Amino acid sequence: MGTSILSICYLIASVTYIIGLKMLSKPSTARRGNLIAAGGMIIAIAGTIFLYKYNGKGLGNYEWIFSGIIIGFIIGVLIAKKVKMTAMPELVSFFNGMGGACAALISIVEFDYLYREHRMMDATLFSDVVHSGHYLAIIAGTIIGSVSFIGSMIALGKLSGKIKDYSFKGQHLFNIIILLLVLATAIFTYFSSTHNVNIPFFITVGLALLYGLFFVLPIGGADMPVVISLLNSFTGVAVACDGFLYDNKAMLTGGILVGAAGTLLTILMCRAMNRSLMNVLIGSFGGDAHKASGTKSEHENIKEISLSDAAMLMAYSKKVMIVPGYGLAVAQAQHTCHELEKALEEKGVDVKYAIHPVAGRMPGHMNVLLAEADVSYEKLLEMDDANEEFKSTDVVLILGANDVVNPAAKNDPSSPIYGMPILEVELAKTVIVNKRSMKPGYAGIENELFYQPKTSMLFGDAKKVLQELLNELKSI
Amino acid sequence: MKETIEFLNQNIQMIYIVILMIFLGIEIIGRVPSVLHTPLMSGANAIHGVVIIGAIIVMGKAEPGNYVALVLGFLAVVLGTLNVVGGFVVTDRMLEMFKSRNPKEEKKSENNK
Repeated sequence: MGTSILSICYLIASVTYIIGLKMLSKPSTARRGNLIAAGGMIIAIAGTIFLYKYNGKGLGNYEWIFSGIIIGFIIGVLIAKKVKMTAMPELVSFFNGMGGACAALISIVEFDYLYREHRMMDATLFSDVVHSGHYLAIIAGTIIGSVSFIGSMIALGKLSGKIKDYSFKGQHLFNIIILLLVLATAIFTYFSSTHNVNIPFFITVGLALLYGLFFVLPIGGADMPVVISLLNSFTGVAVACDGFLYDNKAMLTGGILVGAAGTLLTILMCRAMNRSLMNVLIGSFGGDAHKASGTKSEHENIKEISLSDAAMLMAYSKKVMIVPGYGLAVAQAQHTCHELEKALEEKGVDVKYAIHPVAGRMPGHMNVLLAEADVSYEKLLEMDDANEEFKSTDVVLILGANDVVNPAAKNDPSSPIYGMPILEVELAKTVIVNKRSMKPGYAGIENELFYQPKTSMLFGDAKKVLQELLNELKSI
Repeated sequence: MKETIEFLNQNIQMIYIVILMIFLGIEIIGRVPSVLHTPLMSGANAIHGVVIIGAIIVMGKAEPGNYVALVLGFLAVVLGTLNVVGGFVVTDRMLEMFKSRNPKEEKKSENNK
């Protein structure tokens, strides 16, 4: 009886995941969708704790289970509530890494059971103890989970600027060799007849961790969103492997659903940058970019604009378009930006925001930030609409965005970002660029836009500059 | 060969689920506006937190003297809970900001009340 109820719990949970994801892809239902999926999750968890039976027995170790859940719950809520919204991509990466580690640990413990069983027998092949399908699920869960865990941690470090890009000659070959070694030791473990099958298994785990490390390390920091999305789908697959192992439909459906949706999301993100996933993963970005920036530094005719001039220019224009970028997020300037928007509107200026799909560190990053600062939803234009409106725009104010407005993506076939759709800000009458310095952007590419005659620069921290602009505006 | 066919046959239900879920996963998010990419990723991240079920099973099965299983299982429960709780809370936090700024949505929620 209990087991059949549990199956129904899992069925309900699976349906809520599907409905939840579906609702998450529409702005009006997204929040409810998330809550529905969370509700399904609670049903699945409670059902597992109280109804799960294996070999006719219920689960034990309740004190461990509950204390683990309580600890995880408290830490999880604290982190999720305390961390600033600008650090959101890091958060997603962190929680994803935890899921990957959890999936790997489950597989490792399951392996340990088999290992003990195998040890008791004399000189049999490990493959005689374990069913090939189960071994495949265990080893795949371990490898993918480990890669996802370590990769997410590296991505987290890169996003917060603690880990620098690192690559060496022949890295791709090195990665392929490690990957082959991972597979080789995994197969060796299966056909091993020694008592100590745990040794090749743990070598496999170690190599998988190493692979995860070298898989993410060379990829440029600007591509981290793509990597996180990919690792997210990896974790999904690892979870599905564990679900297969336990013949657990809730884990299987949840894992595969995320694996498939995550992969598509990754491809959509790559497409927004007009690059292939291969191109991102092989990570030729960083290397080429430095060369490209070297050849173009002969331009020196940048024009600076004073704060009062900039304020005057905007106050007396009809339409101002704001292009937010990572600089805005770093400076936490979204509230000041909204203040400026309101001040301009009071003077009768039409203010809108042009949002590039990959502005910031994650697709949709800017939308979330601006939403936090009360910016109205209708003021945010997606790329195509924005590009239409630039023609009739008087002033474009670029706040810490760089690569997404770089005309090289359109004009210069040798540029590493060539072909990426950009916000065509040069269609507007004037462009004001706020940046901290002339240092090239995250991708390390020189931006020609800054040297064009209609562009003027406004150096400084986004928040400080916006505050001063606001003061100037009020005194006009 | 024979073994492969046998394996497929034994797990045919699971294989059906896997294939259907792959198509469903792709179909469901095919039309998502880029505004929602981050919340969607975060929501998907929370959903694979279902791994917590596996952690609970592994923990609950562990025999009292088996410290490897106990310790690793416990760790798995903690990390899995982090994933699922953190994932849903962060997603909700992101979407909360969207909701109150969207006038249409506000009207809707007022009507619901």
